[in-house]
Amino acid sequence: MVKSIVCIKYAIDVAQLRIDAASKTPITKGAPRKISDIDKNALEEAVRIKEAHGGQVVALTLGPPEAKEALREALAMGADEAYLITDPSLENLDTGGTSTILAAAILKLGNFDLVITGEATIDGFSSQVGPRLAECLSIPQVTYVRKLTFENGKVTAERDLEDSREVVEVNAPVLLTVTKEVNTPRFPSLMAILAASKKEIKTLTAQDLSVQAGMLESTIKILEMTSPEMKRRGLILRDKPPADMAEELALTLSKERIGA
Amino acid sequence: MMVFSENETVLAELLSKGRELSDKKGTELSCLVVSKATGDLENRLGQYGVDTILVARDEALNRFDIEVYCSLLSEVVNQRRPEVLLVGATKRGKELAPRLATRLKTGCMADCVALDIDEEKGSLVATRLMYAGKATAREVCKTRPQIATVPPRLFEKKAVGTRRMRMVEVKAPPVQPRVTVKEVRKKEMEAANIEEANVVVCGGRGLRSKEDFKLLEALAKVLNGQVACSRPIAADLGWFTEWVGLSGHKVRPALYIGCGVSGAIQHLAGIRDARIVVAINNNPEAPIFSATDFGIVGDLYQVVPALTESLRKRAST
Repeated sequence: MVKSIVCIKYAIDVAQLRIDAASKTPITKGAPRKISDIDKNALEEAVRIKEAHGGQVVALTLGPPEAKEALREALAMGADEAYLITDPSLENLDTGGTSTILAAAILKLGNFDLVITGEATIDGFSSQVGPRLAECLSIPQVTYVRKLTFENGKVTAERDLEDSREVVEVNAPVLLTVTKEVNTPRFPSLMAILAASKKEIKTLTAQDLSVQAGMLESTIKILEMTSPEMKRRGLILRDKPPADMAEELALTLSKERIGA
Repeated sequence: MMVFSENETVLAELLSKGRELSDKKGTELSCLVVSKATGDLENRLGQYGVDTILVARDEALNRFDIEVYCSLLSEVVNQRRPEVLLVGATKRGKELAPRLATRLKTGCMADCVALDIDEEKGSLVATRLMYAGKATAREVCKTRPQIATVPPRLFEKKAVGTRRMRMVEVKAPPVQPRVTVKEVRKKEMEAANIEEANVVVCGGRGLRSKEDFKLLEALAKVLNGQVACSRPIAADLGWFTEWVGLSGHKVRPALYIGCGVSGAIQHLAGIRDARIVVAINNNPEAPIFSATDFGIVGDLYQVVPALTESLRKRAST
């Protein structure tokens, strides 16, 4: 029996993020959001472990009320319970504040074996929350996991580092961050989606977690955020014989100074 | 200002930038190095103008255990109280710095693309990419130490001459690692440095086998370029060990040609600085076509050899 808590983020869908041409800034307000890609891998891995060993998968997120959408997806993928931490006082937290709040919620949820997150979220990609969370919970961390097995309270994980693959062992409880290569997340069936829509999503507020405002003050200040001009010419050839298009491209490239 | 990396090459790069920033601020520059061999340290690191070298030599540090290193750094930082701590953003550095930041109750600016000192306030200003490279943010850390992680090869090593230097021994705190390493399998690394390439010919999922990369090699050869791949080709299929993208190498060639690369946002983040982007893909809806200068909708197995031939003919005339 394994209890896994998977922390997910209702992140900005960067592929759909638009830039305001006049101010040259990203339009984050009202930007479409979705469950961060690698978080799906984290959920999938937790559900697989449950399917193999029995136990429970709890999905947890900190976000606006709309983040329930991400939790519904988590439930449809096989999570047993879903918790949303939402509170006006908890908006715009930095990675330190986010991990402090998540840790408080995890401790409230009690007795877990694994905390699983993705390697990084698609919008910030800073890879900070996982390690910070491990420190808050005083548990070991194993990052960049591409293969995971769990047997008798012990985790065996294969890590993907720059110049090597490491196989490590550690006893639960432990925090794991997974890469997108760890698995292929399942597409929930229509039945699963319908069942998930009927499940209760529990909400937690700042008060529920007894976190004092001072503990969450942002340590990072953003001085400015700009979106550089990215104008590509977009000249696409199509519907002609490959050799002709290749020749045309070669001619175009020969006019550009590629140099050595 | 203090710098640290478990990788000595990256440490040298951090020292070089650290020296420049320390001079601007008028502060001392120190580094923490874990090394069994001391003899040469003074020469190897001294040339970058470091003022104090903190050396830790314990056997316990032979293996890079996050909790052991976090405790070591935490103790060293509490003793020396640097205003700024730069950590090399290798994978190990990236998982160490945030844990350390939480332990020290401070902020961490990860994967900086530029560092500077605010003339007025003397604080470290870090520039970082946000939203898969769609935005750039300039940030400061309000607490101390200000921690920033710096990718390898962002700054160049610059020997400025040795100055009067101190070597201080530091002891590792007695922390028992809770993670045991059972096996280490070294990867066979690609030799060339893709980040320096003037021309990059990149293959994606459109390639059906590793052998088919020969088509790209031929194209790269005629352009004096290098072959690269997107993340799935390396991390998933294992045909290469390194890749181009947000979580991999960021390239800045004069010419990038993506063959059978769909153009996922994370891959595009790795090629934003390419002067000219070309894409060859048989899917007209491929996202890469909205981020290219020139493109061909077609079968790469026909277009790439034809392109190679056309370019070869031009080169020989």
